Amino acid sequence: MSQHYIPAWITVVVIPLANVAMAAFAAALVFWYLNINPLDALQAMVYGAFGSSYGWGYTLYYMTSYIFTGLAVAVVFQAGMFNIGGEGQAYIGALGVGLVCLGLGGHVPLIVLLPISIIAAFVFGGLWALIPAWLQATRGSHIVITTIMFNFIAASLMNYILINYLKPADTMSVESAVFDPSSWIPKMHEAFALVGISIDRSPLNLSMFWALFVAFAVWVFLWRTRWGYEVRAMGSNPSGARYGGISIPKTVIMIMVIGGGLAGFMALNVVQGEAHQIKLNLVNQIGFTGIAVALMGRNHPLGIVLASLLFGFLTQGGSELQFEYSVDARIVVVLQGLVILFSGALQNMMKHPIERLYLRLASQRKEPSEEHAAEA
Amino acid sequence: MTAQTTFAAEYALELRGIDKRFGAVHANKNIDLKVEKGTIHGIVGENGAGKSTLMNIIYGFYEADKGDIAIDGKVLKIKDSKTAIASGIGMVHQHFMLIQNFTALENVILGAESGELIDDSLDKARTELERLSDEFGLSVPLDKPVEELSVGFQQRIEILKALYRGARILILDEPTGVLTPQESEHLFKVLESLKAQGTTVILITHKLREILAATDNVSIMRRGAMVAHVKTAETSQEDLAELMVGRKVLLEVEKGNSVPADVKLSVRNLMMTDSVGVKRLDNVSFDVRAGEIVGIAGVSGNGQSELLDVLSGITPLGSGSINLNGHTVDPKHPMNPSQVREAGVGHIPEDRHRMGLINSFSAYEAFILGYHRKHEYNGVLQMKHNAIVADCREKMERWDVRPQDPYLKTANFSGGNQQKLVIAREIEQDPDVLLIGQPTRGVDIGAIESIHRRILDMRAAGKAILLVSVELDEIRSLADRILVMFDGTIVGEVPGDKADERTLGLMMANIVPDEIKALQAEETA
Repeated sequence: MSQHYIPAWITVVVIPLANVAMAAFAAALVFWYLNINPLDALQAMVYGAFGSSYGWGYTLYYMTSYIFTGLAVAVVFQAGMFNIGGEGQAYIGALGVGLVCLGLGGHVPLIVLLPISIIAAFVFGGLWALIPAWLQATRGSHIVITTIMFNFIAASLMNYILINYLKPADTMSVESAVFDPSSWIPKMHEAFALVGISIDRSPLNLSMFWALFVAFAVWVFLWRTRWGYEVRAMGSNPSGARYGGISIPKTVIMIMVIGGGLAGFMALNVVQGEAHQIKLNLVNQIGFTGIAVALMGRNHPLGIVLASLLFGFLTQGGSELQFEYSVDARIVVVLQGLVILFSGALQNMMKHPIERLYLRLASQRKEPSEEHAAEA
Repeated sequence: MTAQTTFAAEYALELRGIDKRFGAVHANKNIDLKVEKGTIHGIVGENGAGKSTLMNIIYGFYEADKGDIAIDGKVLKIKDSKTAIASGIGMVHQHFMLIQNFTALENVILGAESGELIDDSLDKARTELERLSDEFGLSVPLDKPVEELSVGFQQRIEILKALYRGARILILDEPTGVLTPQESEHLFKVLESLKAQGTTVILITHKLREILAATDNVSIMRRGAMVAHVKTAETSQEDLAELMVGRKVLLEVEKGNSVPADVKLSVRNLMMTDSVGVKRLDNVSFDVRAGEIVGIAGVSGNGQSELLDVLSGITPLGSGSINLNGHTVDPKHPMNPSQVREAGVGHIPEDRHRMGLINSFSAYEAFILGYHRKHEYNGVLQMKHNAIVADCREKMERWDVRPQDPYLKTANFSGGNQQKLVIAREIEQDPDVLLIGQPTRGVDIGAIESIHRRILDMRAAGKAILLVSVELDEIRSLADRILVMFDGTIVGEVPGDKADERTLGLMMANIVPDEIKALQAEETA
């Protein structure tokens, strides 16, 4: 009789909001300690992130990257595994995108190049995840350990490739040549200008629409296809999945390649959409932040889009804060850390009290119908 | 609190108005219970009736919302199990709480050491345990690691543990679930001698026959409430079942004669070794024909689960061969679970939580597990969601799965309805061979009847059925032939009509009685 029935809106709306509220409260204490009025700080952040089309541009630009790396963690988590390798998978995905743009840029129009670079981002990111996946599936090497190690390997490998092969001879900094402008993904302000709407110049580019589409496609994949069914079955009950004729090794490999590919898509936004060249350390922790985004978004695509928006806001609003109050740049990291702490590590702190409160209220309301419920 | 009301001292344990809620679930409703000193008191009830909650309150795992507990007439506040133990309550759990690589002696003193140095405690415990063993017939090898001992011995260690801590009230939760009939009988003798020495025993079980055989008084629980207290001598199995369920139940279903036809499942010299190199199945051979039910009896853990896993393709076989409905499986030609299903074999697994269901799935998703790749459920990319839900709704109605909601999570169905989900899924695919493990484990008495009838319907429809169960009554009432397993081998075969409890019990302990030997010799001659 341990059937505590908690409606979905408690789990997906109330509890995450309560967690964010707790994080905001803790952040307020930090600001108070720094002699900054927390309300002023909040205002500066909100204005910085949403107060202008410039702020919106940056917020949505960061959101786009977080959606990809968040989904990369979430799909694998649906299979019951933890993909910590988003950082490396995105980095290698950038290599794929960069090679396509460097090789084909200027030779073919964007309409031909873009599908190829999308595929390259997915294939390069996916292949980087394939090795840990294969080791997990056939040798039982734990994917958490191997994907972390593959982040370091990716960083070293990219160093090597950039310095020895991609760096033009006439530059000092470790980065590839700038891609031919015909291969760049159009910026949002350019696209809006075409239809006569003027918005501020920002890194935001059309890959945001790809991110939203991919989030929807991931939902369809997980909840509407037989492959997604198998992934979720395995994630929830591996021996039940085996009973159901689902091959665990095959599913591990499939979902990890998909996860790696999704992380690789992040390069479309950052490399092909904004930097237009492969730079050293271009992923810059976005892969790791994806873990927090997935946690916060309950590993559901819609949740991840919302969590990405929140993290985009924190990133952009936080850097505004830095200008406004000349606090240390790492205030952004502190804010993100607090959100991760309360919505990830401490997620059950609010969960149980809220659920208990709900059940108490519900049982008072439903007292007369209880007999009936027990019968069913 | 009602401290002014008096509690009579003739009761070892008295409960008044115990009430406990878990959120919306009212697990114990105003429970009164009086257990007389020096008696064996049975508590029966279906799964989820609230027995375990009540015992956990007495043992201090949970605290009651309302109500009083009195021991020997004194009201006590039992906040934790330490208080419970200090007040003389001992509990033997269904799943033993022993450290496998410790000896019996070390297990007994665990948490009750008398000083910093372990040797003194061990010596003291040894003398005390030898006295207890002699007194109650509870002899165990004290210096062997527990993992080398049989479950019967392990249970005795649990009882000794409680007695060593000075238990005067001993609570046993489903104690016979893992024992052979002979071991159970010995347990009841032990309980009798404990009673003779003045210990009070509370026996929780769902086996009504044991209640009648071993107890003095019985209390019956239904849906969180105590519905009756009766003297064991004045009741019967039928009466108890009716009190438990709240309506009349048939304890045994009628079955007609079997008309066995062609062999549909044939197993020859099957061997299987697990990942640590222990032989789990050894030279297992048998046939199952269309239109008959072959039962596999045995104490759980003697290879039955492994047999089902191998037959259904979950575990690869080591050597030997299987003929599944015309398809040969051997080490060179393995079949995976989906191929086995395609060959016309249905599998109702022993443990629906571990295997048969995915708890986070909705009912409609659970209804296609194992068949989710079938053409009728799939489009080019997407699954045919609406068709699957409609199909589920229709099957739920036909099988009377309640509540009839395809979107409800499987974890939120009752045990009986979860089991119906699994059975319906497998039978609806119309397999020729049906592998069934523990079909009524954790299922209410009321639902058992209908599940048994469905299994017999499948037999009448000419399906070959292999039934694994640790419930002897179930095997005896359903199976046409019974194979008994011990330590991965088949000890022998008993025709269903000759299978009395004593014969099966002996065979479960690897002893083949002469009359069965003669029967088998006759057959081979």
